[in-house]
Amino acid sequence: MTNKQNLIVIGNGMVGHKFLESLVELEQAQNYNITVLCEEPRPAYDRVYLSSYFSGKTADDLSLVSEGFFEANNIDLKLNCKAQSIDRTAKSVTTESGETLSYDKLILATGSFPFVPPVPGHERDNCLVYRTIEDLEAITAGAKNSKVGVVVGGGLLGLEAAKALKDLGLETHVVEFAPRLMAVQVDEAGGALLKTKIEELGVRVHTNKNTQNITDGDTCQHKMEFADGESLETDLILFSAGIRPQDAIARECQLELGPRGGIQINNHCQTSDENIYAIGECALWGGMIYGLVAPGYNMAKVAAQHLSQCGDATFEGADMSTKLKLMGVDVASIGDCHARTEGALSYAYTDEVNQVYKKIVVSADKKLLLGAVMIGDAEDYGNLLQMALNNIELPASPEALILPSLDGAAKPVLGPDALPDTAQICSCYDVSKGAICCSVQDGAQTIGDVKAITKAGTGCGGCTALVTQVMNNELTKLGVEVNTDICEHFAYTRQDLYNIIRIEGIKSFAELINKHGKGHGCEICKPAVGSMLASCWNEYVLDDKHIGLQDTNDIFLGNMQKDGTYSVVPRVPGGEITPEGLIVIGQIAKDYGLYTKITGGQRIDLFGAQLHQLPDIWRRLVDAGFETGHAYGKSLRTVKSCVGSTWCRYGVDDSVGLAIELENRYKGLRSPHKIKFAVSGCTRECAEAQSKDVGVIATENGWNLYVCGNGGMKPRHTDLLAQGLDKETLIKYIDRFLMFYVKTADRLQRTSVWMDNLEGGLDYLKQVVLEDSLGMAEELETQMAAVVGTYQCEWKTTIESPEKLKRFSHFINADQPDDNVQFVKERGQIRPANENERINKDNLIAIS
Amino acid sequence: MSNFIDVCALDDINLDTGVCALVNNEQVAIFRPAASGTLFAINNYDPIGKANVLSRGLISDVKGHLTVASPLYKQHYRLDNGECLEDENVRVTTYQTKVENNRVLVAV
Ligand code: SRM
Ligand SMILES: Cc1cc2nc3c(=O)[nH]c(=O)nc-3n(C[C@H](O)[C@H](O)[C@H](O)COP(=O)(O)OP(=O)(O)OC[C@H]3O[C@@H](n4cnc5c(N)ncnc54)[C@H](O)[C@@H]3O)c2cc1C
Ligand code: SF4
Ligand code: FES
Repeated sequence: MTNKQNLIVIGNGMVGHKFLESLVELEQAQNYNITVLCEEPRPAYDRVYLSSYFSGKTADDLSLVSEGFFEANNIDLKLNCKAQSIDRTAKSVTTESGETLSYDKLILATGSFPFVPPVPGHERDNCLVYRTIEDLEAITAGAKNSKVGVVVGGGLLGLEAAKALKDLGLETHVVEFAPRLMAVQVDEAGGALLKTKIEELGVRVHTNKNTQNITDGDTCQHKMEFADGESLETDLILFSAGIRPQDAIARECQLELGPRGGIQINNHCQTSDENIYAIGECALWGGMIYGLVAPGYNMAKVAAQHLSQCGDATFEGADMSTKLKLMGVDVASIGDCHARTEGALSYAYTDEVNQVYKKIVVSADKKLLLGAVMIGDAEDYGNLLQMALNNIELPASPEALILPSLDGAAKPVLGPDALPDTAQICSCYDVSKGAICCSVQDGAQTIGDVKAITKAGTGCGGCTALVTQVMNNELTKLGVEVNTDICEHFAYTRQDLYNIIRIEGIKSFAELINKHGKGHGCEICKPAVGSMLASCWNEYVLDDKHIGLQDTNDIFLGNMQKDGTYSVVPRVPGGEITPEGLIVIGQIAKDYGLYTKITGGQRIDLFGAQLHQLPDIWRRLVDAGFETGHAYGKSLRTVKSCVGSTWCRYGVDDSVGLAIELENRYKGLRSPHKIKFAVSGCTRECAEAQSKDVGVIATENGWNLYVCGNGGMKPRHTDLLAQGLDKETLIKYIDRFLMFYVKTADRLQRTSVWMDNLEGGLDYLKQVVLEDSLGMAEELETQMAAVVGTYQCEWKTTIESPEKLKRFSHFINADQPDDNVQFVKERGQIRPANENERINKDNLIAIS
Repeated sequence: MSNFIDVCALDDINLDTGVCALVNNEQVAIFRPAASGTLFAINNYDPIGKANVLSRGLISDVKGHLTVASPLYKQHYRLDNGECLEDENVRVTTYQTKVENNRVLVAV
């Protein structure tokens, strides 16, 4: 106990936290008394995704701390606790509140702070920065009373901040000192194209503007005066003019700093004092500050290994290549994009029609790729980056790498085979080609699997295309034929079959298998085709030609329980039910001795009904106005609601009303898997809409539409698809979204997994649903209208058909019940008897 | 030896589905696959799912063998010999069937 060393970590930002995680991973955390001083009011969160706070992510969503992390590893975390000074002789740290803590080893992970140019007036109200959650809260508050917003700085962060202001509804301007946007990463031509594109999105860009003074405005709160005599009025100013290392505390205790700041470190991340390490954006290595998270993560690992003497990793610089989507525009930059290397040559390609600019920089002998810039289309990024990083010899005509392929001539793409196993494919999570191949060898078969196992592609997402290539290549090598046939009877994917059924107007399984399949069908293709036929033509599922396609539950319109009895779930749209309705359900349950339970989907389930009882039970329910709840179908289940504005003092809109309307609209829609909705009346989110396939939340500005969430086995939070919608637009988007899912998903693929495997992800989905990029919006809406228009309650149809009812008895030739069904009582209701109770005939209840 | 007993009309069994009949106190699952002109009968008890449910399973063609997929946990039982494809130690009893004058007969 006493021989444990004291380890103090100053800063619990992204990198400081990664350091703690690395120590834990090395199983070294318990060898130290660890204290973490965190100036912010909350532990580490994902700054890279900070902007998603504006699209609905909460501080909790952004947290990087796994539950119980500090407690489980005995780490003393002090929030709101700023380190004030370091006494290197006494080896102690004093905090702002005056507490002094002694250390044996000290880690500085203080990050950086936004640079605010010392322009007179920069301290006025509503002059803000963009780095912490508190900053974003201040921006949101400031934007409420503003019409115009200006971002000072047209770099990467500045453009991201501009997007945020735009989304907050402000008239947005970007003011840049340099003659072009993103001066660090892109060249002049690229910067010019980027400017055009950003302006098309409604953001005004002013380059070559040197702000000299900020004073009172005439029409707005502030007026910005520029060196060229021009001025710009605005209500809110956001400084994003670069970052500076947070090195004050190191300067004061005389650690070695760089000439322009930054705490000098060696390859082990040690500062000039061997007991003090510096990592992340406060550290200076080889004259460089790395303003990206991946190099910081690498430093964290190196420091953890060196400190605990577990491993000998060293930090030897990092690649600063980036690929991003800024306001929907692809931007990428690799290596020496300004051709500063001696003798470097460049090739450029400009397409003003499609607004694409690409440039590559190659070595004097044209053998190696040194750098690249891409604006408007960054598809080649992964390929080019790997060529540059791994010194792969270029093809004879390097320009072919960026020229569009004409006449179908294939582009010289770098097969994953050309890459060494050590090639880093995902820089966010430092995942190598080898690690991806290993995950495939261990059984990963889809991009979703690979993401789950290696984390590759789950950061910025820039590497997804390459990760997929590597995965497919490895699958092929392992001889796993990437077989996407639905089963042995059809050499097609579900999506192919769906299109065939639609286009050829196929109405039955027999017709489909005769024309396009072989054999007689199985429990995989039959229900899948049954579901597709229903999605397309919506005929009665127990129709003679469809009945053989229905699986366990659909074939008797109820969920089979373990003893062969069924559950009965009437639809209760939106969870709203009258006392009369409750009484009917209660009376039926009582008359048939059924077990009743409130489900997790806001309705009532009656269990233990025998086959022959189902028609009578449903006749009574239908007579009382109930419809089938499709608890058995791969179809819409429930639309959960919260009570909403009708009663709740916080409610912004009528969530129950909308939930009922949505449930009634989409009930009966057969889909690749079940679909669940929820509608909340305000952002308190009592209906848990952000865990549903489709979630809707009322806001002051209209309905926000969230999609592709999942509870269940592998929970996934939804993504925000669109916000501030009126009801009509909301329904239009849901129509398109659902039909697109029905059309393209695999069988038994929930929307969450579908999304995780969707090439292009959320952006692509937005284009399809909101912008109609595939030109099929109208078709999808018409198809949905057809389904909505042909709805029937399957139970109502069934009880009206004496022919169909014949099947609802245990024996075709006798009126007896199944003597294997036996119940006992527990907590006042029935349950299936267990084996012992059956054998000993313990307290069995007489069955009718 | 076999004693055929009349259980129902052929039309009582939907094409490509099964029904359960009580024959000499045994539960018999009778199937009418669209794929073959004949009927098949096996015991209705699913020895793995432990319930009388096989007649309610889906008829499934697995590599040329007609089977029923148990509605509980989806094991396949061959309709012609009762073999369970997932577990060679499991087998269900099969029975002879015939159709006469549109009536279904089973021998138990
Ligand atoms: C009855 C109920 C539990 C309860 O007593 O509350 C229930 C019962 C069953 N669930 Fe559920 N689920 C019920 C709510 C849920 C919820 C909660 C919700 O909807 O808000 C979830 C998580 C949310 C989600 O789906 O994202 C849920 C996730 C699952 C899953 C996992 C799905 C997944 O994507 O991981 C399965 C398995 C499956 O579908 O493959 C499942 C499957 C089942 C089955 C169908 C299993 C089966 O085949 O027998 C159960 C049928 C019971 C029956 O006979 O009715 N149930 N199930 C709930 C019925 C709600 C309703 O009114 O319709
Ligand atoms: C909006 C935005 C978008 C970004 N996008 C990307 C991107 O796409 N890709 C990318 O690679 N990088 C991106 N970055 C940069 C990335 O977030 C940083 O590289 C990363 O956060 C650096 O981690 P760090 O731990 O060094 O610093 P930080 O995360 O800033 O953590 C430092 C912590 O130390 C605390 N601290 C400082 N001094 C003290 C003290 N004296 N006592 C106690 N605590 C102290 C600070 O309060 C802070 O919490 C982005 C940054 C922002 C702001
Ligand atoms: S959690 Fe499992 S056991 Fe419980 S109802 Fe859902 S599926 Fe059945
Ligand atoms: S490179 Fe960012 S997620 Fe892989």
